[in-house]
Amino acid sequence: MDAGEMDEALGETIEISGIVQGVGFRPFVYRLALRLGLDGTVSNAGGRVLIHAGGPRAALEAFAAALVAEAPPLARIERVERRPAALPEPGFRIVESGAGTVSIGVVPDVATCPACLAEIADPTARRHRYAFTNCTDCGPRFSIVAGLPYDRPATTMAGFAMCPACRAEYENPADRRFHAQPIACPACGPRLWLEREGTEIASADPIHDAAELLRAGGILAVKGIGGFHIACDATDAGAVATLRARKHRPTKPLAVMADLPAAHRLCVISPEEEAALLAPSAPILLLPLRPDADLPPGLAPGQSHLGLMLPYTPLHHLLIAGAGRPLVMTSGNRSSEPQIFRDDEARAGLAGIVDGFFMHDRPIARRLDDSVARLAAGGLRVIRRGRGFAPLPLALPEDFEGAPPVLAMGGELKSALCLTHGARALLSHHLGDLDEPATGDAFETALADYSALFAHTPQVIAADLHPDYRASRLGAALAEARGLRLESVQHHHAHIAAAMAENGWRRAGGKVVGIALDGLGLGEDGTVWGAEVLVCDYREGRRIARLSPIPLAGGDAASREPWRVLLAHLDRALGRAAVDGDAGLAKLFAGKPVPTLRAMMDKGLNAPLASSAGRLFDAVAALLGLAPDRLSHEGEAAMALEAVAEGEAAPYPFANAAQGDLIEIDPAPLWRALLADLASGRPRSAMSAAFHAGLAEAFVSVAAKAADEAGIHAVALSGGVFQNVRLLEGTVARLRARGLTPLIPSHVPANDGGLAFGQAVVAAARQMA
Amino acid sequence: LAHGGGGSAMRDLIDDVFLSAFSGAGRAAPEDQARFDLSALMAHGDRLAFTTDGFVVDPLFFPGGDIGKLAVCGTVNDLAVGGAKPVALSCAIIIEEGLEVETLRRVVHSMAETAHAAGVDIATGDTKVVARGACDKLFITTTGIGVIRTGLDVGVTKARPGDRVIVNGLLGDHGAAILNARGDLALETAIASDCAPLNGLIDTLIAAAPGLRMMRDATRGGIAAVVNELAEASKVGVRLDELSLPMRPEVMGFCEILGLDPLYLANEGKILAVVPAEETEGALAALRAHPLGREAAVIGEVTSERPGRVVMRTRFGGERIVDMLVGDQLPRIC
Ligand SMILES: [Fe+3]
Ligand SMILES: [Mg+2]
Ligand SMILES: [Zn+2]
Ligand SMILES: [Zn+2]
Repeated sequence: MDAGEMDEALGETIEISGIVQGVGFRPFVYRLALRLGLDGTVSNAGGRVLIHAGGPRAALEAFAAALVAEAPPLARIERVERRPAALPEPGFRIVESGAGTVSIGVVPDVATCPACLAEIADPTARRHRYAFTNCTDCGPRFSIVAGLPYDRPATTMAGFAMCPACRAEYENPADRRFHAQPIACPACGPRLWLEREGTEIASADPIHDAAELLRAGGILAVKGIGGFHIACDATDAGAVATLRARKHRPTKPLAVMADLPAAHRLCVISPEEEAALLAPSAPILLLPLRPDADLPPGLAPGQSHLGLMLPYTPLHHLLIAGAGRPLVMTSGNRSSEPQIFRDDEARAGLAGIVDGFFMHDRPIARRLDDSVARLAAGGLRVIRRGRGFAPLPLALPEDFEGAPPVLAMGGELKSALCLTHGARALLSHHLGDLDEPATGDAFETALADYSALFAHTPQVIAADLHPDYRASRLGAALAEARGLRLESVQHHHAHIAAAMAENGWRRAGGKVVGIALDGLGLGEDGTVWGAEVLVCDYREGRRIARLSPIPLAGGDAASREPWRVLLAHLDRALGRAAVDGDAGLAKLFAGKPVPTLRAMMDKGLNAPLASSAGRLFDAVAALLGLAPDRLSHEGEAAMALEAVAEGEAAPYPFANAAQGDLIEIDPAPLWRALLADLASGRPRSAMSAAFHAGLAEAFVSVAAKAADEAGIHAVALSGGVFQNVRLLEGTVARLRARGLTPLIPSHVPANDGGLAFGQAVVAAARQMA
Repeated sequence: LAHGGGGSAMRDLIDDVFLSAFSGAGRAAPEDQARFDLSALMAHGDRLAFTTDGFVVDPLFFPGGDIGKLAVCGTVNDLAVGGAKPVALSCAIIIEEGLEVETLRRVVHSMAETAHAAGVDIATGDTKVVARGACDKLFITTTGIGVIRTGLDVGVTKARPGDRVIVNGLLGDHGAAILNARGDLALETAIASDCAPLNGLIDTLIAAAPGLRMMRDATRGGIAAVVNELAEASKVGVRLDELSLPMRPEVMGFCEILGLDPLYLANEGKILAVVPAEETEGALAALRAHPLGREAAVIGEVTSERPGRVVMRTRFGGERIVDMLVGDQLPRIC
């Protein structure tokens, strides 16, 4: 081959699929083509980017390599296909998407990029201190999409006409704001103001004044990207106490926003955690509190960790800089209602809570809660999937290709939907608890929303076995109305299947052992499950072991009042006479309707049997004095128990015995050991550590035996209780020590926020041969 | 009582129990059927109402009532909430072998007394004794006919936005009383069933609120079931207000301990009525003037929001959805 042949121009079409729309991909291609001197065009076609390029072979090869290596930060390339083609015309052009082109280019909201941050800090820049600065690499996305295709008129920026300067940037392929739909500047974009009692407060610099109000101990409603926050000075004990009193939120930890240097003064942050904080998703990260952190104890009472996030919009950056201190940034709602995202609802709903409103006039298309995550067992564990993660598609194992489209309805609390199309799944953002009417509305809106985004028409509907989950009912109604098949999926099989699918476990991969440690989910036998070992593939989950069940006197009331569960466990483990004869326990149960509860348990009056790990945590916390009579938020007792644990301790014993073909993991020995230690004054930190170790050991030993007998090497872990880092890491370490491979959820929450994803893969697999 | 036969000794016994208790017009001659004079019925209205219900309850006797009273009230009330004047009932009793004659006598006596109070005849009936275990002590089925007033047309599809939702008194007493009686729950409080025939009360309500949209007796499934049915059938939303629900503190405390939602507890002497807003005061006044309506209250409003949905404003100022349950209040918290 001589030099002449090398330089000969060749034509080629390149098709790129993945997340390549709405992420600045076409301008990136354009700039790359100019740099390499290629001719051709780039366009959006369906969900893909289509390039027609022409030039010397070496330049084309460099081009193809750079398309992957230098892709924009928000792009995710799944496949690149290259085919020979005719030579294009000279020059390189971006071709507009034709009418009728389906666009699925909706990406999550993205934290402000370094270039935009530099711009707002630059006194000479057009966008100096401008709170709505963004570019193709950053800014609002999903929170402003009102319709499709993703184009400015279909966003909540539609009402803002671009000024000539912005228009020029928007239309210039070489500019980093080329086709940035939310492009704005002080001349043409959204504006900020402070208001009180519905009246705007005249201000030359609302950011400065808002910051001053916070510095003076005031409480402010702050309209952000996916909803309203309630903000106050996180270092001001008085402000924090006032906020808690006004919001009727006595103990639930409050999230804090701080800049990176301040964050390091509050929490112990590893390099991996710092990277997660700085990621485009900018979640609230649960981080270990520094003992010397300058924060009032009322911020996260009884917690060893703090929910911390960095500022993720220019508005937040400017506000934090102005306040010069960390701010509480808790969701703007009344008690347990969903976060408010509409101006009028905020004015009505937050009036009694805040001293003022920091408003802007860019409407929020849909409520997106801040995502919550922590780092555990070597990776990111998403606890609440909201802003920054949704609606990012999740890849299913490749042998799901060809599965019929499934719509999965999820659970009752922490609800989220999941839609699948072949080997891709769209798990919605956190929608909230479905007993709230506003959440119910949001759930139905999200269903329409995601169906449109994904151009999705389900052939199968998947839902939990529980007939009274609102999501199950809605799913059944939908299936009936549309004549579709309804797949009911057992709660814990769905949890485990979610962990399998997220870890790429193929359908053809056979069975895994699953350890589901959870709150409560209806089982196939009509009792309530929540601490089970399953042997399952995607289609079926067979339960082989469970924690010995106890009656939950009062049903859901037992989940709110841990002493009910403690009584049931102690009665079972020790016998009633022994419980009544113990002076310490008598004190614990003083004033409680113990005989009534026992009658309920005896007669089966609203006392369903449950084998729940979550309730075991509650009961142990109650025994150790770590749970109030009535919990003010879910997980309160379990989190307190995790927080007191320190160091390593020998595991507390559990017994196990086969009952027919079911192994019962019996906590009676645990209770005897706990009572003995309590009597001898062993520190709670060690008792909690021994409990965590004991539970992990009890389940791992049963799971390992089952895996061994069935020739299985993978053990999937899921259920809300695995949000507990000590338990998760203890379980993983024990599995690894036995040569087993743990499959752990990461971007799919281990709690019910990930349920829909598991339901969807089970239903999909059941439709496949 | 012994099972089987139909021998004359047993027939005599049953006849003795029943004939001494029921002496309705239809029983005047020993025929196989009760007979009614149509012209007499037509004096009350222009349509016949016809309903049936089976009654099984454990225990048979409970504070405030027994299975006999329940069987009469249930059918009388099902007729009355349709705007009908109840005329006559039939009664079929299945008896488990071994039941004490005295128990049967008490139940039958209670039926007769309640029918008398309600102003209806028990016009015909049947009894069977079945083998031990084939039923539980005593099952009763009552069927009733009534005559619907000319011009009155109440129904579950007729609620309109703006209407008010009224109940005639304290909620949940029956459900709590039965659970308490069944459970031996070691609770000090004595809660009695509200079991009562409501036709008299309903007469006064109809007179006071001619625009009355619908009535239902809130039995199994409680207020929650009825309100959901009306929301769905009328394609309207209903907003309840927790603070305005009339309830005994004892029942609230009972629900608290048992973890039950009082909205789902059965009532046997409560109607839920929907009236146009402008007739609300008149309806309330009429109900409160009646002994079975002293604690009548407006508990909510019909809205145009979220058709088919029932929402309750909670005592803490929040909102929650009240829906129809398929399962038996199984835990939903994960
Ligand atoms: Fe769960
Ligand atoms: Mg009935
Ligand atoms: Zn940017
Ligand atoms: Zn501009």
